[in-house]
Amino acid sequence: MSRVFIGMGTCGLATGAGQVKASVEKWAAGHNTAIDITPVGCIGYCQVEPIMDVVTETGHRVSFSNVTADMASFILDEVILRRNLKLDGLLGQFRNGTAPLAGVPFIDEHPYFRKQVKYVLRNCGIINPESLADYRAHGGFQGLERALSLAPSGVVDDVLASGLRGRGGGGFPTGKKWQLAAAEPGPVKYVICNADEGDPGAFMDRSILEGDPFSVLEGMIMAGYAIGASEGIIYCRAEYPLAIERLQKAIATLTAEKLLGAPLSAAGFTFSVRVKKGAGAFVCGEETALMASIEGRRGMPRPRPPYPAVAGLFQRPTIINNVETFANVPHILREGPARLAALGTEKSKGTKVFALTGKVRNTGLVEVVMGTTLREIVFDIGGGIPGGKKFKAVQIGGPAGGCIPESALDTKVDYDSLRSAGAMMGSGGLVVMDEDTCMVDVARYFLGFITSESCGKCIPCREGTQRLYEVLDAIVSPYSRMASEEDNLLRFNRVLNMESLAKVIKDTSLCGLGQGAPNPVLSTLRYFRPEYEAHIYDRKCPAKQCKGLLTYSIANDACTGCTLCARKCPTGAIVGEKKKAHYIVDEKCIRCGMCAEVCRFSAVKVS
Amino acid sequence: MMATSTVAKSVEEVIREHPSSREHLISILQDVQEIEGYLSRESIYRIAEYLHLPSSKIYGVATFYNQFKLTRPGKITIQVCRGTACHVKGSLNLLDSLKLMLGVEVGGTTKDGLFTLETVACLGGCSIAPVITANGKFFGRLDKKRLEELVGKFRAAGEVVE
Repeated sequence: MSRVFIGMGTCGLATGAGQVKASVEKWAAGHNTAIDITPVGCIGYCQVEPIMDVVTETGHRVSFSNVTADMASFILDEVILRRNLKLDGLLGQFRNGTAPLAGVPFIDEHPYFRKQVKYVLRNCGIINPESLADYRAHGGFQGLERALSLAPSGVVDDVLASGLRGRGGGGFPTGKKWQLAAAEPGPVKYVICNADEGDPGAFMDRSILEGDPFSVLEGMIMAGYAIGASEGIIYCRAEYPLAIERLQKAIATLTAEKLLGAPLSAAGFTFSVRVKKGAGAFVCGEETALMASIEGRRGMPRPRPPYPAVAGLFQRPTIINNVETFANVPHILREGPARLAALGTEKSKGTKVFALTGKVRNTGLVEVVMGTTLREIVFDIGGGIPGGKKFKAVQIGGPAGGCIPESALDTKVDYDSLRSAGAMMGSGGLVVMDEDTCMVDVARYFLGFITSESCGKCIPCREGTQRLYEVLDAIVSPYSRMASEEDNLLRFNRVLNMESLAKVIKDTSLCGLGQGAPNPVLSTLRYFRPEYEAHIYDRKCPAKQCKGLLTYSIANDACTGCTLCARKCPTGAIVGEKKKAHYIVDEKCIRCGMCAEVCRFSAVKVS
Repeated sequence: MMATSTVAKSVEEVIREHPSSREHLISILQDVQEIEGYLSRESIYRIAEYLHLPSSKIYGVATFYNQFKLTRPGKITIQVCRGTACHVKGSLNLLDSLKLMLGVEVGGTTKDGLFTLETVACLGGCSIAPVITANGKFFGRLDKKRLEELVGKFRAAGEVVE
């Protein structure tokens, strides 16, 4: 029987993996043969989804990219019937320990994968995320077996020795956190998995949950054993329906297999896990807000100490780790802490998964060793900027992170180097920006996000970010909207005070959300000050993104008077007679760009 | 309180599936919204009664989280992702076009009750940005033209189609 793997994560499904699967089924029925179709998670190369792997007669797994429904049947024809692998979209073959197929490159030597080290993501896109047998065949639950043969403190020691630090952004040593919680008196303690991946531009946790849910659960069981907790809660965003579904299936499977909800050790250690759906509040990614949300309250942070390890959920000792952190733990216990500790830099061990997106050729999930430079990630793995455009910046760390320019691209990705470059690791979103991106607009975008997500508890964040947003909004708005001289002076005064306001917010906010909120402004001011100056002094947006500063006009000599733009203009701002040059009434123009888009003679000029 | 209509009956069932403690409030709200499409005033009163909490507390929680709606949505809810990757790839323009196409602002529902337009912070589909969802179904790598086609198809079919 032939075997086919189809990448059916959110990215695969959104680009047509469902149709590919239907096409494979149809092909099998048409050829009177059975095909074992295994849905897998995302292998990380989302740019070329849907990805389909076919296992050849010789037992080699060969991967194809950009597969459509039509292509799928063609690929099956060629690979299974004609034994021809030289097809468009061939990514490469997987290593399987036997002699490789001649003339077919290895997938791990593909430019996108060559510089990556798959530690956490090793199973994603490879195994069937709903099959426990598959997970076990790839070493699953061997780590737990070893953990249970050690004393709980032995598990903590291993995690400490590996040097693992929290992958959710803060970078607190995981073993240390566990040690603190283990030292607290029981008997009721909690293990929480933070899967509220709210950072816009980050989706690594979603991919792990969709592609390898058992590894996260195994990590949580170990954490429960290490600190003496019997209950685990996964707080997952409601925006990730597929991840929640896979988790619930995985929990049901483990419960049936008596790995959850049944005694695992002679001493009677029992662990159970439930999923709690988040309700769409960014601030709930903050640990104390997250706990408030689980308790059924508004997700507002509280001051620390006491830390959750001492008094967390329902005032009991609690550890909160992020998805990627938990997914590291089974490998640490199975392979020993030395393997992880050998990867990375002195203070940042192991690998980090980044979500590489934006204006870059190859988008997707990238797992690299700590200490890899941003340049390697953007240009070697990401393939650089498409369309012959120039690189401008890479935004790292989400709304609390910063924008890093070309000159600082050799910054290494580890917790400390990124911080000194004015950014932060965050959860690992990397959004690449090219010359068409306006940095003032980006800063304003993030502040707009923060003002709508601020929980309102502390004043610097609630009021300060609103004022900061207003300053940036004024910078990108046309003067004509301003009422009086006095307003203009006031506005100028605020621009002058922007930097100090940002610093006050940073220093005095209660939680990480507020403390990080001014970072996009501070980092763009640090690296892209001339762009702000162009907006403020020249009233120009060099990237032509800030609509308020653009004017649309029609070139008399190029306009043929076809009236197309006048008909399409939503506000009726374009006037003119048929076959004569048209004119845009600036007061009526809302800068939607429709005229420039529909004009067949490139007569609409933007300045 | 007013458990008379047929809708309220199934809401009642859903509420009773959860233990009566505050810890379950958000789950109850999520399940009720799943059935009603939004949180009606009656349901909020009923939940308050069930959990022995003032209805103002329920309202406080319901308005804190983005997921909960207090007005009845249209048949098709279109969510435009406003995450960073989508923003950089022009999701604001998509949103503006949608506003023009549907004639509603964000949060609004068309007069025929077919479309509701919403924005969402990030859908996690960044690698195929810009992304929208229609009743939870993902559509990626969109531009204005494809968006117009999609909306036209939805409008003609009266539901979300591929």
